[in-house]
Amino acid sequence: MTILALVAFSFLSAPFVGWAGGRSWQVIAAVPLLLFAGFCLFLPILTAGEVALETYRWIPSLGIDAAFRVDGLSLTFALLICGIGTAVFLYASSYLKGAPRLARFYTVLTLFMASMLGAVLADNLVLLVVFWELTSLTSFLLIGYSPERADTRRSAQQGFLITVAGGLAMLAGVILLGWVAGTFSITAILGQAEVIAAHPTAPAIIILFAAGAFAKSAQAPLHAWLANAMVAPTPVSAYLHSATMVKLGVYLLARLDPVFSAHALWIALLTSFGALTMLTGAVLAMRETDLKRVLAYSTIVSLGTLVMLIGIDGELASVAVVIFLVVHALYKACLFMVAGIIDHETGTRDSSTLGGLRHHMPITAGVAMLGALSMAGLPPFIGFAAKELVYETGLELSGSWILVVIALVANVSMVVVAAIVAIRCFYGDLSSTPKAAHDPGVAMLAGPVVLAALGLLFGAMPWLISDSLIVPAASATAGAPLDYYLTLWHGFTPMLALSVLTLALGVVTYRRWDGLRLRLAAIDNIDRWGPDQAYDRLISGLQRLAAWQTRLIQTGSMRVYVGRTLLTVAAAGGITLVARGGLELPSFADSLVPEIAIAVILAVAALAILRARNFVAGIVAAGMVGFAVALLFLFQGAPDLAFTQFSVEALAIVIMLAIVGRMPFREQEYRSKPQRTRDCWIAASIGLVASLLMLSVLAQPFDDRLSVFFRETAVPEAHGRNLVNVILVDFRAIDTLGEIVVLGLAAIAAAAVLAGMRRAKQEERQ
Amino acid sequence: MNSMILRATSRLILPAALIFSIYVLLRGHNEPGGGFIGGLIAAAGIAVHALPRGRVSLTQLIFASPKTYIGAGLVIALASGMPALWLAQPYLTHQWPFEAIALGTTLIFDIGVYLVVIGAVLSFLFYYLEE
Repeated sequence: MTILALVAFSFLSAPFVGWAGGRSWQVIAAVPLLLFAGFCLFLPILTAGEVALETYRWIPSLGIDAAFRVDGLSLTFALLICGIGTAVFLYASSYLKGAPRLARFYTVLTLFMASMLGAVLADNLVLLVVFWELTSLTSFLLIGYSPERADTRRSAQQGFLITVAGGLAMLAGVILLGWVAGTFSITAILGQAEVIAAHPTAPAIIILFAAGAFAKSAQAPLHAWLANAMVAPTPVSAYLHSATMVKLGVYLLARLDPVFSAHALWIALLTSFGALTMLTGAVLAMRETDLKRVLAYSTIVSLGTLVMLIGIDGELASVAVVIFLVVHALYKACLFMVAGIIDHETGTRDSSTLGGLRHHMPITAGVAMLGALSMAGLPPFIGFAAKELVYETGLELSGSWILVVIALVANVSMVVVAAIVAIRCFYGDLSSTPKAAHDPGVAMLAGPVVLAALGLLFGAMPWLISDSLIVPAASATAGAPLDYYLTLWHGFTPMLALSVLTLALGVVTYRRWDGLRLRLAAIDNIDRWGPDQAYDRLISGLQRLAAWQTRLIQTGSMRVYVGRTLLTVAAAGGITLVARGGLELPSFADSLVPEIAIAVILAVAALAILRARNFVAGIVAAGMVGFAVALLFLFQGAPDLAFTQFSVEALAIVIMLAIVGRMPFREQEYRSKPQRTRDCWIAASIGLVASLLMLSVLAQPFDDRLSVFFRETAVPEAHGRNLVNVILVDFRAIDTLGEIVVLGLAAIAAAAVLAGMRRAKQEERQ
Repeated sequence: MNSMILRATSRLILPAALIFSIYVLLRGHNEPGGGFIGGLIAAAGIAVHALPRGRVSLTQLIFASPKTYIGAGLVIALASGMPALWLAQPYLTHQWPFEAIALGTTLIFDIGVYLVVIGAVLSFLFYYLEE
């Protein structure tokens, strides 16, 4: 009950947090804090080496349960989501004070947190997909916080399209994996890892899941959306686009790692794309001056590191993934909030114009320094342990010096980015800023201070999180219980030498960064041929294709539409009928005289439509056809059908006459001779094919199982003798419900179109 | 379309069509009829009444916009399935609370259909009426 209650609470609290937005920071911060406390209750279970499972019936007919699982991995994520959520919610309450649309903002932010919790706690792949897509949707709404700006709209759409396209690939992977495993339960799938990894469809499953995870976690070449998402308010960037949502892809890969960890394709895909992403992020981060974009590219470096670590098989890699994940979330959320404080208090976040801010904002400078030292990986910060583990994994497990070199480049870029934020902005000559800078209030500082302090605390006392969180999470990633003890200091090892080298190279690069940045920024081929532009070309190409096919198909003439539709139906039906040899004729032995008489009326009325010289005559003749058909229904013992047909015909004539009364159809000959000839052929072909089809159907023996069922059950079970109505309102009521929804929506849409046409005409007149 | 004949006859047609439509709606479960056809008959009666008189008189006659009828009908039809949920049965399992007469939630559902059909037909017609 507990997991479901926590997830339900997070969703249900959204409207209250939305209401509290701009009114009460206490309510805003209390919700994630309560959730954080709630999830802490699970820590003893993990320390005992167990997992908590909950299962509820959801769609039993498809074998899909609403199942939740708390193990080390999901609890680590849940605690990060709620913990950093508390810091971010509190920060936002001050950062966005007086901003517009706060109710919507906080509602969506809370819904995002709830969806994230659902996604990481779900023990069913289908449930995971649902929450996964909800995070994409809420991310879209949060990036698009200021929809009046064109770049905001583009960024929101880009992030949405890329992550949702990945989500679709993942859905295909889920279906395939569910089919192979015979279940969607993650726990059950982990239990039969070897069977699945050996299945012939395993490569397809791996590629589909990797596509979903890579899109979500901004792996190159799908990384462009993450940097562009920086147009969102800073709390959103700190929360979604560094600490939580972009890690969801990493979570998925870590979740499935026990199944595929030894698969060659899994290892190749993850290590190569992870390494590519690390290099791409490291190079692009060096080109930027906007603090948020610099940090965003360093996030991409970190995401690449995580993906690469998951790709490496081995227990040490699992520990490295988890510790790096936690460390990165702590310092990156902290530094993003620092960047936001700089932006908020000085009016700019262009690092090339900032300097010496420590004189005006000493506390912020101190927090930035703490976060940056963890990011740079200096002892005694926990970031040091993470970096050592990354190197150790690279050296001991992969055995590939290329990966170690790439990790070195990535870590050097981390040092440089840390220095840009903490040293360049706060030390050196004091620069003039658009606004007079000073330290912000407690609400904005509290989150970064706590996160930075935790980086130091966990580094000094790693046992605080080692047994309770890191080792259980690493065990979940590895798929087997691990025996590991987290320490900060590993002694004098090759890793330490690499750490020293990283720092030295980082300092050298930072000192030459201005020149390096200008040289990198001058390579405009990156801007011209990068994936961001490829996205633009793809979208504009799609729009050109849509415009082309709309011009081709949507001529705007009702006659053309109807003619094409009828000819297509006639051709498809006729060809199928003849090709499949279905052409048969029933016996006409028991035809009735009245029916033949009605058929004659029908034929005469149909010919009259063709001969009609004006609209009214045409409408009346068409009405005659309808009434004749209704009579036919009546003679064939279908009074309900006849009844409805009569009413529809009567209404159709009334409405058409109302239209004719308003339209300028005054000329005598409303259709030319060639038009009439053409329509005659269209009508004849569809009439012929429809008749032949009906005759062939009638020639088949009649299967009356359904009629018998309805006749026998209508009165005892549905208390009605009118079978048609009983089927409509009772046996197939849900179909009818769907139909009236469609009818209502069509009417409202048509009314909107007609109202628009009327307004346009009125404006023309004026 | 301000015709004297239509004006005069529609005054008689409207009440007859409305009463007949309700009769058809109510008998639907056992005899030919039901919400769909009943709604069409009512809409035809209202349409004939509104054609010579214009849009304002239509709004006066039905008290609200045709869209309101669509919304109300959908809500009623959706609500008719709720009792089943309370009784832990699949949604839209109709209930028959009375022993003596066959009066159940099917009728509520059919009233919803009836209102949606009226609203849909009239919202098409609405914009072709003269102001």
